[in-house]
Amino acid sequence: MNNSAKNDYPPGLIRADDLEHLLKALGAGGFRIQAPVIRDQSIVIDEIKSAGELPAGWTDEQNRGHYRIKRRSDNAYFGYVVGPYSWKKFLFPPSTAILEAKRTGNGFQVSAAAETVSPTAFFGIRPCDLRALQILDRVLIGSEYRDPIYQKRREQILIVAVNCTEPGGNCFCTSMESGPGAAEGYDIVLTEMIDAGQHNFLAQAGTERGNLILQQVPSEKATSDALKSAAEAVQMAARKISKKIDTADIKEMLYANAEHPRWEDVAKQCLSCANCTLVCPTCFCANIDDYTDLTGETATRVRRWDSCFTLDHSYIHGGSIRSSVRARYRQWLTHKLAAWHDQFGSSGCVGCGRCITWCPSGIDITEEVAAIRSGTVKAKAI
Amino acid sequence: METLEPILAQHPFLKGLDAKYLKLIVGCASNVVFQAGEFIFRTGENADHFYIVRQGKIVIETYSPIKGPITIHTRQQGEVLGWSWLVPPYKWRFDARALELTRAIALDGKCLRSKLEEDHDLGYELMKRFTLIIAERLEATRLQLLDIYGDNT
Amino acid sequence: MATTLEKIKEGLDRSQPWMPNLFRVERIRKETYDTFTFDLETSDGAGCAFQPGQFNMLYIYGVGEVPISISGDPKNSRTLVHTIRAVGTVTKNMRQLKRGDLVGVRGPFGRPWPVEDAKGHDVIIVAGGIGLAPLRPVIYHLLAHREQYGKIILHYGARTPDDILFRQELETWRARFDFDVQVTVDRSTGSWQGNVGVVTLLIPKATFDPLQTIAMVCGPEIMMRFTVLELLKRDLTEENIFLSGERNMKCGIGHCGHCQFGHLFVCNDGPVFRYSDTADLFKKREI
Repeated sequence: MNNSAKNDYPPGLIRADDLEHLLKALGAGGFRIQAPVIRDQSIVIDEIKSAGELPAGWTDEQNRGHYRIKRRSDNAYFGYVVGPYSWKKFLFPPSTAILEAKRTGNGFQVSAAAETVSPTAFFGIRPCDLRALQILDRVLIGSEYRDPIYQKRREQILIVAVNCTEPGGNCFCTSMESGPGAAEGYDIVLTEMIDAGQHNFLAQAGTERGNLILQQVPSEKATSDALKSAAEAVQMAARKISKKIDTADIKEMLYANAEHPRWEDVAKQCLSCANCTLVCPTCFCANIDDYTDLTGETATRVRRWDSCFTLDHSYIHGGSIRSSVRARYRQWLTHKLAAWHDQFGSSGCVGCGRCITWCPSGIDITEEVAAIRSGTVKAKAI
Repeated sequence: METLEPILAQHPFLKGLDAKYLKLIVGCASNVVFQAGEFIFRTGENADHFYIVRQGKIVIETYSPIKGPITIHTRQQGEVLGWSWLVPPYKWRFDARALELTRAIALDGKCLRSKLEEDHDLGYELMKRFTLIIAERLEATRLQLLDIYGDNT
Repeated sequence: MATTLEKIKEGLDRSQPWMPNLFRVERIRKETYDTFTFDLETSDGAGCAFQPGQFNMLYIYGVGEVPISISGDPKNSRTLVHTIRAVGTVTKNMRQLKRGDLVGVRGPFGRPWPVEDAKGHDVIIVAGGIGLAPLRPVIYHLLAHREQYGKIILHYGARTPDDILFRQELETWRARFDFDVQVTVDRSTGSWQGNVGVVTLLIPKATFDPLQTIAMVCGPEIMMRFTVLELLKRDLTEENIFLSGERNMKCGIGHCGHCQFGHLFVCNDGPVFRYSDTADLFKKREI
């Protein structure tokens, strides 16, 4: 699961100095490039033109409710993990017009909100975040109704994934089987290797268009030693991951523990701030708001990220279904780790650890699951 | 009086009651008819009967000088009307009025009470049946109080 | 033109689920002091086919969109009928609409009442309050195919006599010898001569074959909970009891996350649920 997919494209070795050529090839292919960059003391995702804009030589220190960027001792381009933003913001924007209505003589007309989307490369997406995209694909374009906004953008995405060789403090992708190596879903996957003064990338195409791009980049044939050390680097990362969630029967376990006292405990700590849902790469709850311009001649329907931690999320006439923080935390965690299986055929969690890092009170989802499992209440409290 | 026995035996309230008990009860029973609008009992009167309703519809109400009569429940065929005869001081708490022509079998409370005291097996049997009715009324009253179709539930 | 007509008849374009079809208000009827019914039609008369129990997302220009179940006759796909309680911003605005005004319609959505499974069975319909509206299409369907069903019973509970929906229709139905209609109110007012007491009190007196009966229940959650208890007391099986769930809904297509009810989306997996599949959820608080 943590090895690159076996396929027909021959892996190549690209010298770190030649990474620029890969970016150029993407640019020449008509792709805008979104990649990790440093902004405001954190590693976020933004448009870049050259490899020089990548956070080379930086890493991030992550813990419960803790995030700092720090200098590394080497010049690794990808020596950090995931920041506060996930790639969902490009495909499922925090705020998008979904419909425009215009007044006419005796009524109104509707049209899809017009937008142009240009081909974009997700450069440096991590295996956990790549899995998150696959999960969002199932939610938003994988069933009967397909979200045209997501679909249009998704069709324009080229994926250059980067395997993780150094996990962060809150990572638990190994539990969720989403990393540290990318298994599928990429056009190109890179593994960064720094060893004895050598700084290289093992590059593997996953699709024909990925292969065509790689062909434009100077590279040499990857030796079996290079393949071995790339695989080892990923395996080493897996071994370094200390957080875990025991996913055995997790759906049944959580369903059976809806009345577990732990929910009450975590509710005392939870500020219901919605940070975890905003940083989560798979949370998809959204609200739709209506706006009219000053003249009343046009009305716009805008879809905006919402969170199950807000009271309004479950509001029906008269009140909110989930009025307590206990119920809202339970909803979030149980949905993510249990109900998601019933709804979309997989877990909704990819083990990226963002919800732990960005929780202002340091709640750790892995710890909550463990606590509920260890004190599993079989007889339901009345 | 024997003619009332099969009628009682078929009423949901007494269904399945041992024949020997039915015979005892029949001794306290009489046939009654109320015309539409007629009061069956009034608040404060002695509760010396209860009624096994065979046909018709009865309203249980109380009276407010400002609002007039206020309906609490309606009873109809297949149901039982009244249990104040069972608890001291044996006085009606509400008014009962026939909404339409109503036929019922009236059971004499005093007569029945003495029989229940004499034969506790019969007493227990009848108490079980009344407990069901009281529990059902209590639940219905709670639901009514919840105002479930209102804005607050 | 023909393609447009076909498109609308099928409901929503699955790849453009945010795009409503535009319907014109043909008629508005006041039902009670806080509820009204409007009939919607497309300008080309195409209308929209639906199944009893399905709902639409209705949009008013610039104000917003709300989920409303369809209360009309499924045989008449030309006209969409919705019965609405004016309680929120959007529904209060809807009450102000006039004949000829446009309403955006997305739908129909959701799983219907089991009118097919109910063939050859007795059917007991228990409705509370506005819950009669989503069940009215079932009644139309059952009566239109009367010979396919056994006994048909309607128990309807309202808050007061002034809250009773579809009064004239209820009278018409009650006059039929092949339809047992019982109406009750929680609180009597005025000259009401009918039943007073909660709707659950009607169930013990109904006559049906418990092993061959399908129950369809719609109303406030508390009412449905107690109704289920009464139906189980009458030996109906959990598999034969169907309830309608209610949660916040913003999209109707399983994308917005609001209507989750345990592992279910009320918009896609419901709003009609089999009790045996959801008994646990209906018992849990704040789920």
